[in-house]
Amino acid sequence: MRVIHEFHGGIHPPERKALSRPGALQEAAAPPLLVVPLTQSSGEPATPIVTVGDRVRRGQLLATAQGDLSANIHAPTSGIITAIESRPVPHPSGLEDRCIVLEADGADEWTELTPMPDWRGVEPGTLIDAIKAAGIVGLGGAGFPTATKLIAGSRREIHTLLINGTECEPYITADDTLMQRRPEAILEGAEILAHAVSATTLLIGIEDNKPEAIAAMQQAAERYSGPCEVEVVSFPTLYPSGGEKQLIEILTGEQVPRGGYPADLGIVCQNPGTAVAVRDAVLEGKPLTERIVTLTGEALREPQNVLARLGTPIEWLLERAGYTAADEQGNDARLIHGGPMMGFALSTPAVPVIKTTNCVLAPTAEELPPAPPAQPCIRCGHCAEACPASLLPQQLYWYARSKDNEQLEQHGLFDCIECGACAYVCPSHIPLVQYYRAAKDSLREAAAEKQRAEQAKARFEARQARVERETAEREAKRAARRAAAQAKADSAGEDPVQAAIARAKARKTAGADSADPVQAAIARSAAKRAQAARADENDPIKAAVARAAAKRAGLTANKAADDASRANTDPSDNSEERSP
Amino acid sequence: MMMRRTASSPHAAGSQSVAKVMQTVLLATVPGVLALTWYFGPGTLLNVLFGSLIALGLEYVVMRLRGRDPLFYLRDYSVLVTAVLLCIALPPYAPWWLITVGMMASVLLGKHLFGGLGFNPFNPAMVGYVVLLVSFPVQMSAWTGPRGVATVPGIGDAFAALFTTGSYDGVTMATPLDVLRQNKGLMFEDLLTQTPQLSTRAGIGWEWVNLAFLAGGLWLLRQKIFTWHAPVAMLAALALCAAAGFDEGSSEGGGSVTFHLLSGGTMFGAFFIITDPVSSAVSNRGRLIFGALIGVLIYIIRSNGNYPDGVAFAVLVLNFAAPLIDQYTQPAIYGTRKRGDES
Repeated sequence: MRVIHEFHGGIHPPERKALSRPGALQEAAAPPLLVVPLTQSSGEPATPIVTVGDRVRRGQLLATAQGDLSANIHAPTSGIITAIESRPVPHPSGLEDRCIVLEADGADEWTELTPMPDWRGVEPGTLIDAIKAAGIVGLGGAGFPTATKLIAGSRREIHTLLINGTECEPYITADDTLMQRRPEAILEGAEILAHAVSATTLLIGIEDNKPEAIAAMQQAAERYSGPCEVEVVSFPTLYPSGGEKQLIEILTGEQVPRGGYPADLGIVCQNPGTAVAVRDAVLEGKPLTERIVTLTGEALREPQNVLARLGTPIEWLLERAGYTAADEQGNDARLIHGGPMMGFALSTPAVPVIKTTNCVLAPTAEELPPAPPAQPCIRCGHCAEACPASLLPQQLYWYARSKDNEQLEQHGLFDCIECGACAYVCPSHIPLVQYYRAAKDSLREAAAEKQRAEQAKARFEARQARVERETAEREAKRAARRAAAQAKADSAGEDPVQAAIARAKARKTAGADSADPVQAAIARSAAKRAQAARADENDPIKAAVARAAAKRAGLTANKAADDASRANTDPSDNSEERSP
Repeated sequence: MMMRRTASSPHAAGSQSVAKVMQTVLLATVPGVLALTWYFGPGTLLNVLFGSLIALGLEYVVMRLRGRDPLFYLRDYSVLVTAVLLCIALPPYAPWWLITVGMMASVLLGKHLFGGLGFNPFNPAMVGYVVLLVSFPVQMSAWTGPRGVATVPGIGDAFAALFTTGSYDGVTMATPLDVLRQNKGLMFEDLLTQTPQLSTRAGIGWEWVNLAFLAGGLWLLRQKIFTWHAPVAMLAALALCAAAGFDEGSSEGGGSVTFHLLSGGTMFGAFFIITDPVSSAVSNRGRLIFGALIGVLIYIIRSNGNYPDGVAFAVLVLNFAAPLIDQYTQPAIYGTRKRGDES
């Protein structure tokens, strides 16, 4: 039996999980119109490879991943692409983003699939490629591309593939439902994932408030006949035990080193939904086109878990679950994407289900009342007692307010996982997590700014050294020529013609360029540009550029012209893109 | 399209509030106030009632002056806690002007001059107490004798004492801590026969007052209003010092462990004063150090100082030191612990 450890802090918010009747799963057909955002993972948007008017079949690739943090996007049903345009998407900002709009034809016809039934004989790299091609990301909420996580894991010594069935957020029962309904598929997927990182143990961790899911997984584990060790472990319910780091501490007693990854402890962690998506992708060749979404909250007449196509408008799903509160409560009605602790509020229900949509919570105002006005912090320390990262949230709050970046970093601002336990217990109802998010942003901004300034400085200094070197070289050449001419004149004796020619030549080399009106004009314009740039003194980069330009303008006409043409392609104009 | 209200996560909140915390603290003072009332008469009760009215009035006026909604801030009960704690610390039958001056020092000087609730570096009740102690030492040491030793004044006497313009003219008696401090060179046993207010444990009445505050404090611990670290550290440090300085009964030595634990403001200070989160150290480790140093200072002031009790001074000194303690007691962040170490 595995020893269960404790992590620091944690809270017991009301669970409210029975509301959505975990275990029962409704299957939603494809809606008439689907909106598929190009950004559904943590990274860059995918690039569309279809055009308006194309007919696509379910599972067909619509857009390709751009970089390691991006993921492929596939057609969730068959139909016609009617638009590729900006639409509201589920994002905390409430901003619109590029989406592929697909009008379903009702046939729901699959594209040609290429299953990999004998995957056990396949190289891990090939498996990972298949998982990447299927557009699979972490379905627990973070949306980190699974293949990228596996590639990082496959470079390390991994012994355990950990399936995180904790689902510690109140209300959400999507993983619970999946574990009850497809436990074998979870184990199959877990085994494929284990194979991809050469792990030999499958560890499934579940909070003890899901007895049916635990029983189902245990039965599946008993029936399992594959090569891996399988262990299903339950542990006491405590938010946020589903945090990857917290779960690992619960199950192993070890902490993921600060700034490190679970792979440092030989562990790769995956969500049950991700495991099933991997299984379906490998064994059936099906890309990720659907997921389980918990529709819950007292504003719904029929809270439920639904297997929904990605791209299904949330309002279409809510309508089917009997959403009434919108009319009754007006602007006070909130809709939360995700759970009540870490989810974000949607500014409109006209957004689609995406890969990370594990829950849509429609609470009544009585159920989750808006926060009362914040009172002063009395440093009671309840937040520090609750913090799973062993931070001092009350201190971080003061430092965030006073913008003390040094202390913020020293007190581990970036170790904050934004679980919200501190704000939940705060007797003064201070929106602590909001302060930390803002502080993190301004710290990142300050770091980027510093880096930009350093780059500008390095560029400027390198340029100045080069200019000095070139000037010195030119002076040396000129001196040499003058000496040579002098020597020639001396050796030529008193010949006045030769002497005159030599003088004329010398004059030409020294002064010809400054007499050239075109070069002079270019120099003046460079000087003017430098003047204008100097005006913006708050910006260290622009200031550096201006200083450089001013220096430039002060040089000889020849040099100025040379530099002016070079300045147009000066890397400082697009330093952000070039920064490593 | 209708835009909905959005807010940053978390969207759920616990049921705790500043007002509830403060109410719980107020409730926890009841056993101690009752014990004081039983042994010393209605003086403390009248202090508390009168002081609370003054404090509420001051808070209201200050909030008006600061351009805030006074009712929003009065509802957090924090000023009542300050008032009640100061009034408990005052001698019973304090005159109205003493209470008023103390309350002004607490609420205006101790709290609002620094920015109000949450911004005060010092414990406001102790600021008021110390201002009174150094300004009016006679009135501040005018404790009546406990029931069983002296006659306990009635309610009429209490009102007369409250509304006098001078100071209390009833019978006062040295407190046990006073007795010990003023009678160096005598054996404790001799003192015990000479002074009726002493008992074998500590002092008549005082020991029960302290036990009552201990009971209220333990209840607060159970309610998770604060953690055990500061009170336990303070009591342990005080007990250790007392044990080290105790020489089998001469008053030169400075009293036994029980004497120190059950005298003066020990329990009241341990559970109601040093647990003020605003002015104390923030981490649990910090609060251990904070409490322990207060315990040591209390002992030093009691045995060597000019004032009979040292809780207020010790607390203020450590309030100064709290930010420094914080600097060196930051808890280990997740992931910085050495492997295999599970503390």
